[in-house]
Amino acid sequence: MKSTVIQFPGSNRDRDMIAALTKINGEAPSLVWHTDTEIPATDLIVVPGGFSYGDYLRSGAIAARSPVMAEIAKRAEQGVRVLGVCNGFQILTEAGLLPGALMRNAGIRFVCTNVKLKVENADTVFTNQYSRGEIIPCPVAHHDGNYFADSTTLKQIEDNGQVAFRYAEETNPNGSVNDIAGITNKTGNILGMMPHPENLIEADHGGDAGRALFTSALNIVANEAA
Amino acid sequence: MTVENNHPITEELISEHGITPDEYQRLLELTGREPSYTELGIWSAMWNEHCSYKSSKKWLKTLPTEGPRVICGPGENAGVVDIGNGEAVIFKMESHNHPSFIEPYQGAATGVGGILRDVFTMGARPVAAMNALRFGSPEHPKTRHLVSGVVAGVGGYGNSFGVPTVGGEVNFHSRYNGNILVNAFAAGIAKTDAIFYSEAKGVGLPIVYLGAKTGRDGVGGATMASAEFGADIEEKRPTVQVGDPFTEKCLLEACLELMKTGAIISIQDMGAAGLTCSAVEMGAKGNLGVELNLDLVPVREENMTAYEMMLSESQERMLMVLEPSKEEEAKAIFVKWGLDFAIVGKTTDDLRFSVLHQGEEVANLPIKELGDEAPEYDRPYIEPGIHSGLDASDVEQVEDLNAATLKILGSPDMCSRRWVWEQYDTLIQSNSLQIPGGDSGVIRLVDDNGEPTGRGLAFTSDVTPRYVEADPFEGGKQAVAECYRNLSAVGAEPLATTDNLNFGNPEKPEIMGQFVFSIKGIGEAVSQLAMPIVSGNVSLYNETNGEAILPTPTIGAVGLIEDVGTMARVGGAQDQDAVFLIGTEAEHLGQSIYLREILELEDGPAPQVDLLTEKMRGEFVRAAIGSGEITSCHDISDGGLVIALAEMCMASNKGMQIDVNSNHPHAALFGEDQSRYILTMSEDYANMFAANAEGSGVFFQRLGTVTGERLAIGKYVSLSVEEMKQTHEAWFPDYMDGNMAAEAAE
Repeated sequence: MKSTVIQFPGSNRDRDMIAALTKINGEAPSLVWHTDTEIPATDLIVVPGGFSYGDYLRSGAIAARSPVMAEIAKRAEQGVRVLGVCNGFQILTEAGLLPGALMRNAGIRFVCTNVKLKVENADTVFTNQYSRGEIIPCPVAHHDGNYFADSTTLKQIEDNGQVAFRYAEETNPNGSVNDIAGITNKTGNILGMMPHPENLIEADHGGDAGRALFTSALNIVANEAA
Repeated sequence: MTVENNHPITEELISEHGITPDEYQRLLELTGREPSYTELGIWSAMWNEHCSYKSSKKWLKTLPTEGPRVICGPGENAGVVDIGNGEAVIFKMESHNHPSFIEPYQGAATGVGGILRDVFTMGARPVAAMNALRFGSPEHPKTRHLVSGVVAGVGGYGNSFGVPTVGGEVNFHSRYNGNILVNAFAAGIAKTDAIFYSEAKGVGLPIVYLGAKTGRDGVGGATMASAEFGADIEEKRPTVQVGDPFTEKCLLEACLELMKTGAIISIQDMGAAGLTCSAVEMGAKGNLGVELNLDLVPVREENMTAYEMMLSESQERMLMVLEPSKEEEAKAIFVKWGLDFAIVGKTTDDLRFSVLHQGEEVANLPIKELGDEAPEYDRPYIEPGIHSGLDASDVEQVEDLNAATLKILGSPDMCSRRWVWEQYDTLIQSNSLQIPGGDSGVIRLVDDNGEPTGRGLAFTSDVTPRYVEADPFEGGKQAVAECYRNLSAVGAEPLATTDNLNFGNPEKPEIMGQFVFSIKGIGEAVSQLAMPIVSGNVSLYNETNGEAILPTPTIGAVGLIEDVGTMARVGGAQDQDAVFLIGTEAEHLGQSIYLREILELEDGPAPQVDLLTEKMRGEFVRAAIGSGEITSCHDISDGGLVIALAEMCMASNKGMQIDVNSNHPHAALFGEDQSRYILTMSEDYANMFAANAEGSGVFFQRLGTVTGERLAIGKYVSLSVEEMKQTHEAWFPDYMDGNMAAEAAE
């Protein structure tokens, strides 16, 4: 499968994401600049982490209005998988592709640490190589990761099984409602998450628990994965 | 208030610019007439302490700066050291003390921004950052606010820019109450055949302004940084610059793209004294004149005077000499990144620095003299007095060594810094192998395709100011030796250093004495340990209302790990591992943490470093780690043996049974004798290790075994790892949350 990484001015985990996709998929992703209005044929679009436009308005708010976003929405509509990590998650919520919002961390401060994630739904295209209820470690690094949705939306998300990951074992680093760390859209082809699976794909990272997210999303059978 | 260029030059105005009457006479001669207002500003910017090093130059020249791996030593934006495989590490440390005290968030943020720019100006993508922070006493009413603002500022800039923070220091002492220290380090990696320098070449070539627009922020910042603080500190807030990490990140990407095109003949970042300093340096280095037309400079405020534009320290700006045939290609890159690109002048052959503004020549000065003829002072100094000896038998031994250990583990200077470094992105770029909390930060080196090469770089920043205060010479040596030790403890070969020399007012002979003797100590250590100083920064006048900071010559060091597979960590000890000490039983309690935290005394001589012993033990430890058999390693520093063991137990989550039997247990446990390490390894390897140590002629001692869930040291200490962890982790978050219990415990 082919992957694509979207780059905004201020993206800074784009290089981490490109490296992870290249290693796991065996070929480098296509790179698409935020002003582009076309995206090459692809199976997975990744909106990477960073501080697009410095996060000087609300995180992700300016990037969500970039020319490339209309094309991402169109592809998602056609069923292409879209993954937003950290700032990418913020951008996807600001663009209305995912419900809810990401507010400033409850502790006010930026936080970079390791958390535990519970795989809440293992039936999504992004999580099907994990098992339901599995607890994995994963790093986070963000200032605005406090997930919030109004009670009606929250109930819908929960009832529809749209919560993919929850912070587990009291490691919620940001005050997210219902310990939500990652959610999908209703049809399940868009995932947004605050933690950084791209920073946990090899022994040098202290583990490779993030790898299965990419092998799932890229339909790589586990034992084929390098 | 707008001051016209023909404003009369009064004695008061000269004094406000920090120019002495003698210096004014000299610049009058060099100008050949009375300077214009703008010219006075330019002279002041070039001749202040921060830019000219006029008090320190004489002594800085004595420092060893050369070595087989050194590609470029001090004098450029940063130092360049060969790391093999056609690559170089480019690094420097620089202070942003005064601005951070006035406005902690922006002061610290722009300190980080400035040092990152120094590194990428030379063609290197920044790969690691550190910061050495020193604050006043925790009880001082401003301290919490300053810690909070500085840490947020460091994180706010570095996190957004996208560089991992891999190490640093945080200390508290009442002598920093009125003058905190923020020393920022950055390192980047470049190809050895693609390093960019600031020396302008070629006459009549375009000079291009890159990056963010010029505003009024930071006007006169370098002059402010060259004076003591008094009661008027609030008035200095406008001299602090405002950071924009987003623009800097775009500037990084644009510059690295531009560097590949061959468009850059020379490039210099705009730091202290902005446009003035960068233009003069580029021209003077290349033996060329420079003509600038300020009407072409991108500005974000209206009606700026020439004076303001020449002295603005607006951030995220660069100046370069452009290869004219590449103009369109270069411009397109900057347009893509949303940055300014403006031709603002040209190189000339007349060795003059000429500045035009609104049709008028507002300055015309001799360019070489602006830099080269800056005053150089041989300031009088007094040789520092040294404390007489303090025998362990004359130091009180408290009864409860368990309680003493816990108290130290939970003290402001010795507790976990997790609260600080969890606000820094330590993982970005995916190459961090050791993050803060160990002896050194380590990143792996990757090839052009991002594949690991198996090699790594280690980074550490060290100085023990209380040692330097007690004995500037030994303290200077110790700062370098501790860097050497921290690099060796992870298995890294020490390569080179950068120095950030923070002192008080050099016009006071006793302060100048601290400076001179620290440099002598540093020089001797970097020479014997083969860690040449390749870049650095001097910060003087760190005084408030006449009280100086502790002398704080911070050393940043870089080491190379050939095989990260064998790298050691502070944690990693396994059950039943053998525990060895490299070195001998401690005796030295002078200036120790035990003395300060438990007996509330700051007394005695600083510990001495024997550099030959240091080198021999360091080489042995690195060889041992290189064997791949060492499960964990830690140097013994602040707090002595017991604290080093406790830190290893906490990091490994294991207990240890340690055999110590001494006539002076407080000295054996808490003594800060230098050049010592603790290593753990499987029992199977213990005999081989002992034989190797014996063969190498280093002192060693089997201390005990990794076992259980307690750190048990003879009959003196028995503490559960869990209890130590709780105490160690508690102080910082409690203090920052304003938890009164933490303060009551002081």
